[in-house]
Amino acid sequence: MSPANVLVVMRRELASYFATPVAYVFIVIFLVMSAAFSFHLGGFYEREIADLEPFFRFHPWLYLFLVPAVGMRLWAEERKYGTIELLLTLPITATEAVIGKFVAAWLFVGLALALTFPMWITVNVLGDPDNGVIVAGYIGSWLMAGGFLAISACLSAATRNQVVAFILSVVVCFGFLLSGLPIVLDLFRGWLPQALVDGIANLSFLMHFDSISRGVIDLRNLIYFVLVIGFWLLANRILLEIRKAD
Amino acid sequence: MIKARELTRRFGPLLAVDRLSFEVEPGTVLGFLGPNGAGKSTTMKMLTGFLAPSSGSAEILGHDISRDSVAARQVMGYLPEGAPLYGELTVAQFLAFAAEARGFRGEQRARQVKRAVDRLELGAVMGQTIETLSKGFKRRVGLAQAILHDPPVLILDEPTDGLDPNQKHEVRSLIREMSPERIIVISTHILEEVDALCTRAMIIAQGRLLADDTPRGLLGRSRYHNAVSLELDELDRAASRLGELPEAREVEIRRGRLTVFPSGQGDLFRAVGKAIDDEGWKVSHVQLESGRLDEVFRNITRKEAA
Repeated sequence: MSPANVLVVMRRELASYFATPVAYVFIVIFLVMSAAFSFHLGGFYEREIADLEPFFRFHPWLYLFLVPAVGMRLWAEERKYGTIELLLTLPITATEAVIGKFVAAWLFVGLALALTFPMWITVNVLGDPDNGVIVAGYIGSWLMAGGFLAISACLSAATRNQVVAFILSVVVCFGFLLSGLPIVLDLFRGWLPQALVDGIANLSFLMHFDSISRGVIDLRNLIYFVLVIGFWLLANRILLEIRKAD
Repeated sequence: MIKARELTRRFGPLLAVDRLSFEVEPGTVLGFLGPNGAGKSTTMKMLTGFLAPSSGSAEILGHDISRDSVAARQVMGYLPEGAPLYGELTVAQFLAFAAEARGFRGEQRARQVKRAVDRLELGAVMGQTIETLSKGFKRRVGLAQAILHDPPVLILDEPTDGLDPNQKHEVRSLIREMSPERIIVISTHILEEVDALCTRAMIIAQGRLLADDTPRGLLGRSRYHNAVSLELDELDRAASRLGELPEAREVEIRRGRLTVFPSGQGDLFRAVGKAIDDEGWKVSHVQLESGRLDEVFRNITRKEAA
C-alpha cells in the first residue's frame, strides 16, 4: 500500500465534498444541532457546571443520522455514475481507494467537529473546566464518528442507491450504538450463550464513548474503535470486490 | 503486446466471455465488433483489471492482469463505456487527479496535463465544471485522462458512441494519430468505424470469437465483394444480357439498381464495361463494390445465433 496513492484519492474526495453544497449543509446542520441539543436538551447553562458533558452527550444521536448521510455516497455514487471503473483501473489498489475515501470523509467530519470550538471557548470563559476531559471528549467523539463512518462506507459499497445505503447504515449504526441496551440484547438473549451476549454488549459504541468522554482514555476503548474501523473497512474492501461488477 | 489466453467471465449462470484467446502487436488498431451484450465491454473490463476473469489469463506488455495488476494498469489508458467522470469537479481538478494517480507530481504533472489538454483542445474549458460540459467535451475529457501518461496500450470502449459526425471525425483522427507504435483496442457497433480506423477486427457474439481478420479480409467475405452495380433505364434487358456473361454468377435487381455478382472467372468489371459499350446502354452510375461489412457482420453473428 502506498500512502501517496491514499493521499491522491483522499484529496480528490475532499475536492468533491467542497465542490457541492453537501459539505456546507452538513457542517451548518451539525453545528446548529449540536449547539441546540447542548443548550436546550442538555441544560448547558442551567447545570452551572463548567464542562462539555451536555455537548458530547448528544453526539452519538447526531452521528447516527448525520454520519450515514456523509458515508452513503462514498461508493454508491461511484457505482451509480460508473466512475468506480475509472477509479479502480487507475494504478491504485482497491485497499488504497477504500482507505483514501474513508480518511477523506473522516477528516471532513473532524473538520465539522473542530468547528464547534466556540463551545470550548464559551465554557472556558464562563468557568474553569478540566480541559483534559474536554480533549478526551473530542478524541472519543471523533473516534466514534470514524466507527459510524466505516460502517456507512462499507454498506455504501453494497448498493448503487444512496437512499438504501443510508437506511442500511442507520440501522446497523443503531444496532452498534445500543448493543449494550436491552433493546438489542433481548434479541439474542434467548438463543445465544451468555458469553456471546456479553460480547455483544461489549460492542456498544455508547459504552466506550461514555468512558472516553468522561476523561478516561483507556487504551482498550481506543483499540475498540480502531478495531471497529479496521473491521468495517476490511469488509468494505471485500464487498467492493464482490459487488463492483453488478 | 497483449496476450489473452482462454479469457472467460461468468456472471452467475450467464457466460459473458467464453474462452477468448488472442494476441495484439504494437501498431495495431484492433476493433472489437459485436452486437450489444456480446461481451466486448466485459473483455475490456478484464483487460484493464476492473473485473477478474473467472478463468484464463491475459498479459499486457508482459504484466499479468491478475498477479501484476497495478503494473499492467500503469501501461494502459482506459476510456470506460460512456466515459464516466467526476461531474462535480472542474476539468483542471479532474485531470490533475488523474495525473497524480499515475504518479506525476509538480512540474511533470503540469506538463503531462498540458500535453493532453492541447491534444484534445480542452484549454478553453479547464475551469469549467465537468457536468456543465457538452457530450463531445465530456468525451474529450475522458480521452484526455486516458492518454495523459502517453500509454503504450489504449483501451477505448465505444469512444465515438453518441457523438455527432464532426465529433466522431475528431475522435477518429486522434486515434489514427496515436496509433503508430501503440496498441489501441476499441469496441464499437458502428461498422464503418472498423473500415475507417482499424487494422484488425474481431467479431464477438455471445462471448465467443467468431472472426478475426483485417477489415479488407472481412469485406472479402461479403457476397458483394467485387460485384458490379449499375443504374440504367433498361434494367430487365440488361439483367438478362449480363446474366449470360461467364464472369457473372447471378444478377439481382433491387430498388432500381442492378447488381451483378462475380462467378470468379475473369474480370467481371471489364466484361460489364464491354457489354455496356456493345449494347449502347445509357448508364447513369457504375460501381465496383468492395463488399458490405453489415452483411458480413449479420451473416457471421446470425449463423451463431441460429
